[in-house]
Amino acid sequence: MPVNFMPTGTDYFRLLPEIIMTIAGTLIMLIEGWLGDNKKRNLSALTFVAFAAALVAAVAANASPGLSFSNMFIVDGFATFFRVLVIAVGILSLFSAVQYLKREHAESAEYYALLLFSVTGQCIMATANELIMIFIGLEISSIATYILAGYLRDDKRNNEAALKYFLLGSFATAFLLYGIAWIYGTTGSTNLATIRVALLAPGSDRILAGTAAALMFVGFAFKVSAAPFQIWAPDVYQGAPAPVTLFMSAGPKAAAFAVFLRVFMTAFAPITNRWEPFVWSSALLTMIIGNFAALMQTNIKRLLAYSSIAHAGYVMVAIAAHNQIGVAAAMFYLAAYALMNIGAFAVITHFSRQGEKYVNIEDLAGLGWKQPVTAGLFAIFLLSLIGVPLTGGFFGKFYIFKAALDANLVWLAILGLLNSAVAAYYYLRILVVMYMNEPGEATMSIQPVGAGIGATLWVAAVGTLLLGIFPGVLLNFASSSSALVK
Amino acid sequence: MTLLDVIIYLPLLAFLIILALPKDNPKVIRVFSLIASLVIFLLSLGLIAPVWTSAAGKFALERNDTWIQTPAINYHVGLDGISLWLVILSTLLTPLCVLVSWKSIDKHIKQFFAFLLLLEFGLVGVFCALDFFLFFVFWEVSLVPMYFLIGIWGHERRIYSAIKFFLYTMAGSALMLVAMIYLYNQAGTFDYNRILAGLQSGAISLSSTEQLWLFLGFFIAFAIKVPLFPLHTWLPDAHVEAPTAGSVMLASVMLKMGTYGLLRFCVPLFPNAARECAGWITVLAIIGIVYGALVAMVQPNMKKLVAYSSVSHLGFVVLGIFSFTQQGFDGAVYQMLAHGVSTGALFLLVGFLYERRHSLDIAVYGGVATAAPWLSTVFMITMLASIGLPMLCNFIGEYLVLQGTSLVNFRWTVFAALGVILSACYMLWLYQRVFFGKASEDLTHHMPDLHFREYAVIVPLILLMVWMGTYTQSFIPPISASNAVLLGPIDARREIHVRVTSPQNQPPNRSVLAAQGELANAR
Repeated sequence: MPVNFMPTGTDYFRLLPEIIMTIAGTLIMLIEGWLGDNKKRNLSALTFVAFAAALVAAVAANASPGLSFSNMFIVDGFATFFRVLVIAVGILSLFSAVQYLKREHAESAEYYALLLFSVTGQCIMATANELIMIFIGLEISSIATYILAGYLRDDKRNNEAALKYFLLGSFATAFLLYGIAWIYGTTGSTNLATIRVALLAPGSDRILAGTAAALMFVGFAFKVSAAPFQIWAPDVYQGAPAPVTLFMSAGPKAAAFAVFLRVFMTAFAPITNRWEPFVWSSALLTMIIGNFAALMQTNIKRLLAYSSIAHAGYVMVAIAAHNQIGVAAAMFYLAAYALMNIGAFAVITHFSRQGEKYVNIEDLAGLGWKQPVTAGLFAIFLLSLIGVPLTGGFFGKFYIFKAALDANLVWLAILGLLNSAVAAYYYLRILVVMYMNEPGEATMSIQPVGAGIGATLWVAAVGTLLLGIFPGVLLNFASSSSALVK
Repeated sequence: MTLLDVIIYLPLLAFLIILALPKDNPKVIRVFSLIASLVIFLLSLGLIAPVWTSAAGKFALERNDTWIQTPAINYHVGLDGISLWLVILSTLLTPLCVLVSWKSIDKHIKQFFAFLLLLEFGLVGVFCALDFFLFFVFWEVSLVPMYFLIGIWGHERRIYSAIKFFLYTMAGSALMLVAMIYLYNQAGTFDYNRILAGLQSGAISLSSTEQLWLFLGFFIAFAIKVPLFPLHTWLPDAHVEAPTAGSVMLASVMLKMGTYGLLRFCVPLFPNAARECAGWITVLAIIGIVYGALVAMVQPNMKKLVAYSSVSHLGFVVLGIFSFTQQGFDGAVYQMLAHGVSTGALFLLVGFLYERRHSLDIAVYGGVATAAPWLSTVFMITMLASIGLPMLCNFIGEYLVLQGTSLVNFRWTVFAALGVILSACYMLWLYQRVFFGKASEDLTHHMPDLHFREYAVIVPLILLMVWMGTYTQSFIPPISASNAVLLGPIDARREIHVRVTSPQNQPPNRSVLAAQGELANAR
């Protein structure tokens, strides 16, 4: 059968969000030279328009699901879910970044272009249907994020974060690439569906495939900051500019989980019994390391970094359950987690002030009485991170542990939920400082919340509560699209 | 929209309105909170008639709507004879707590009253929920405002106590959540009635190991909340550090969430496991009764003394529940209510003393009776109620519990009765040290008698103590009817046992008196 390599209109339509964002990113870099310094702010508006258009295109593409560009991409509910999620994360992080860059006197076009490219990479990861595309998407997203992490190049902390992230990230990506090579050697294909068929065939070499899965697991576990490959996360989260940390902890993580889920639930589904114990132990280890290390932190960015590790552990529980509910639970949780985490980091972006002076937990003392609204919204995010009912965080956790019990992982569920009781302690400490301590110097000198961060906060808070009180809509979408993964 | 919905949501609405009120006018906030909570209380009295007239085993004012489709979670609420009084207890105490915090709360007034109303929302919801998931939601929701009430408006060690309180409950509820989801996976529903019916008819079958683990999952969460010895250590801390209103709500209503859970969920759902564990649970309850009383005796701090007396009194409730007799159940519920009224009043009165002298140390007081005779009188009545003097509320509950226990094991009754004697010791001794003796001039100077607002707080509770102690029939018929239903699955063996020894047996739906008659027959 002759293969037709000429893409059709439908091919382009299905990939329109990525195309829009790539063009916008390139345009921004080109026109920067022509813009005067005082007009650079307009670039953020252009970025926003590009994101909004990509969001519309992603939703529209869902109306014509199917394969694209010679089976390299697949548009289905699962892909749409993650595309919408990462683009929304991009928009929310843009809101906070605009204000932050102005404060640090670092407004320039690169930030917006890199943000667009990073989200493009994540969208490619969400839609990729074969390993090479996954790798390309991952690299586009990662390289852009490495640079973002070191964006304020005169700041020592930024440099350290970027360098660490880059070196360790490249190392992990090499593992992923090595795994891809193995699986290509074993099955003769990089297409997920073909790999699955090849592994299902009798006589297929499961040991080689298992090794490939293990190598790719290293790559993915690094990207989602799952133990034992989580070491980089605290340093990078702490060192990177606050709005970049906000972005990193939500977008790239969600996209990495999307490919993790897709690869392990489709291509490697035939060898589930081989990888399940690894994911199981990694999930438990991730939760324990994240939560117990967070107990001892004094820097709030670092604390949230460990909390982010712990939350990755909860999602790993859903993967370990390797059933359809598990996939839906992971999707729901990543959305809820993105909202509450973005909210929390937006508060920190606002509070830290120029040069990120105030990033210790103690600095927040008395915020609850000085800025009741900001603190109230922060309290909602923290309660959601604890997993108190009527917030998205609770429902996500509930759904994940339900999936685990469905898969008979009773001990993992019990240990996981006890872990979340441990986690309550360090989130409560922030609440204690905010509401039960007398205001300190940092709180007294605080300025009102700007429009950008204010918008991020309100959207995230309303979203968190909506997901907690009416989870039905998102949950139904997640459940119906989780079926498509296989 | 039933009356019950109104009563569940009005506190939430009031909470939101208070948040929206301007913070620089405390008077508006106080008056609004008072009116709102009073209206809720008066409306809640309208719940009595429908419950009283509803058929046995049926929930009144039931409402069952889909909340979330998959997993099937319903907004399912309803009232029976047990939850009815607990709801009314919550709605009664909230306006009293508003009144008692009128002047004593002087910072962050808006947030304080907002949290008080949010707490009421959670508490009312817990007692009405007939869907496990919904129950869990309200259970956790009530935790948050209490955490803030203790942590923000409490005394010196408030932060430690607030966190301890939150983490203890959180750890227990994690296990409860696992048990709930497991049960859901077996039953395909979170609905209480359907799960109960399924378990009884055998449509949902659990092996005895599964039953035991599920029972323990629920039990630990509830036992922490009760609190049952040795899980009680959070309670004295939380009580001592909480502001008066927080202590009152905590002791009178929140502790009942635990015993209510035992009665509503643990025992009827897993009767075999409950029977299996009844032995050691009863022993723990009796240790709690005696230990709580002994520790209360040596406390130098009034609030801590009352807190440990709660451990002792709640031991009676657990003892009654795990006797699996009609009297034991009735007594347990009655004791829950009586303890709510009498200990709530004790905390209020200790709060009055604290407002005058700014100390909880017993040693600081002495001779208060000369300075403030009316305060001493109401304290005396409340204290006697707490001891369990006949004609006052606690007596009925304790008596029924002891009687129920004696049907099962007479030795347990003897040990538990020790608690009654000890309670007289520590309470009378407390009264003697605080109110009798010669008053120092300094104390007389700072000890005005009750004023109007304080009378308004304490007199309703005093009247209720007398009413509950003298005319039990106003309260107990719906309790008995509901208890008979809950007792059904677990009492089965006793029925058979009685039937063998006595030909003229009574039908299962018995009142207390009928059950006593049956006992005589059985002997």
